[in-house]
Amino acid sequence: MFCRECGREYPAEAINACDFCFGPLEVIYDYDSIKKIISRDRIASGPNSIWRYHDLLPADIENAVDINAGMTPLIRSHNFAKSLGLENLYFKNDSVNPSFSFKDRVVAVASTKALEFGFDTLACASTGNLAGSVAAHAARAGMRSFVFIPADLEPGKILGSAVYGPNIMAVDGSYDDVNRLCSEIADNYPWAFVNINMRPYYAEGSKTLGFEVAEQLGWKAPDNCIVPVASGALLTKIWKGLNELASLGLIDPVKTKMFAAQAEGCSPVVTAFDANSFNVRPVKPNTIAKSLAIGNPADGYYALRTIEESIGGAWAVREDEVADGIKELAEKEGIFTEPAGGVVIGALKHLVETGQIKPSETTVAYITGNGYKTQEVVQDIVRPNLIKPTMSSFESSMKL
Amino acid sequence: MAKQRIKFTFPQELITTPVIYELGIRFSVVTNVRRADVREGVGWVILEIEGDESQIQNGLDWVTEMGVRVDSVGGDIVEG
Repeated sequence: MFCRECGREYPAEAINACDFCFGPLEVIYDYDSIKKIISRDRIASGPNSIWRYHDLLPADIENAVDINAGMTPLIRSHNFAKSLGLENLYFKNDSVNPSFSFKDRVVAVASTKALEFGFDTLACASTGNLAGSVAAHAARAGMRSFVFIPADLEPGKILGSAVYGPNIMAVDGSYDDVNRLCSEIADNYPWAFVNINMRPYYAEGSKTLGFEVAEQLGWKAPDNCIVPVASGALLTKIWKGLNELASLGLIDPVKTKMFAAQAEGCSPVVTAFDANSFNVRPVKPNTIAKSLAIGNPADGYYALRTIEESIGGAWAVREDEVADGIKELAEKEGIFTEPAGGVVIGALKHLVETGQIKPSETTVAYITGNGYKTQEVVQDIVRPNLIKPTMSSFESSMKL
Repeated sequence: MAKQRIKFTFPQELITTPVIYELGIRFSVVTNVRRADVREGVGWVILEIEGDESQIQNGLDWVTEMGVRVDSVGGDIVEG
């Protein structure tokens, strides 16, 4: 591994920060060796999961913790595209992963690497998607798991994770308290905290969202990617993945514009972008988009660099637009997403309205989580027509 | 003795206040700056703080009360 800030090199271990400058560590690949063996055919002949890209992942496919994450549908839009005047709009529907979010990609890599390192316990701090994925992968791997949550989290939020049998630790404190405690535990216990000491490996799983889209588009990168931003890692890794494919000769040089989408209630990356700054000021999240509620994004700076390098952009949608986006995507395309997806829809519409996305360009909007996990956000849509058990009542109601 | 890796984000009005020096003096902790970017309008400093665990916590509470944002170096850990 190497430090993204000072360049110091480190062996492949369960560490995530440089000892010298505390910068984040990133996995090093031997691209020369990979280039000799990788090919489109080799990938296509691989499993129907993220592991078809194992040559570009930092974990060994032989003992992969595999619940079949990845190779989710890339759906060509008809109705939504028409409403926006777009000719080539696609939705990458990661809401149908095994535990119903894109987190299955990153956790698959982290848990596989954790086993390689000899860990017997997987852990995370999460209010939703990550918890479910960690618990599911730990169950598959036969590992013990711990999920740390704020104690005031509604039980329903954690049901989808609890069913896999993790140890759920409800911390009687704020989110900051949970952050601090988990850092301390990660330092003192021999556990694989997927997004702490396993973070360099964990994050690499997101590259598969770039790989798959390129493969599914017929081995070409899209013109635009709209990505929901929480920590910022997803956006940077999709960009990295596309560029890795290009550097290996599998696709043409990448000219994709990367667009970050956040909700106004937690938009530190967009705020920095709007201020033409790379300095991300942490915020206290206050947003309906809970899966994007990271006030201090670990990769915020790198996301901004990616946006600049790709000549992309960033937009924060109003909080009241989030639910609208969920409903519109469901009503127009039959995809039921969670608030992060609503944020992406709101950003997509803005980018089209402002001319940043052109009608003929190939645009991929990333839908990262499933709406069934956040039903309360669109509860107001349930408005049944009450009728008597008669044909006349029915027809009257329908005005037939 | 405990150690913590912390990021301080300073608002404009505190850029020229010797917060880190005061932290060390008041709470008997050792501060070791590893990276920083301090400009006219805003500044951030990444440092390691070493000392008695309770004193470190008291010191960080004081820094927060001063108006400096205190975060762990690796960003927020709690994810959705």
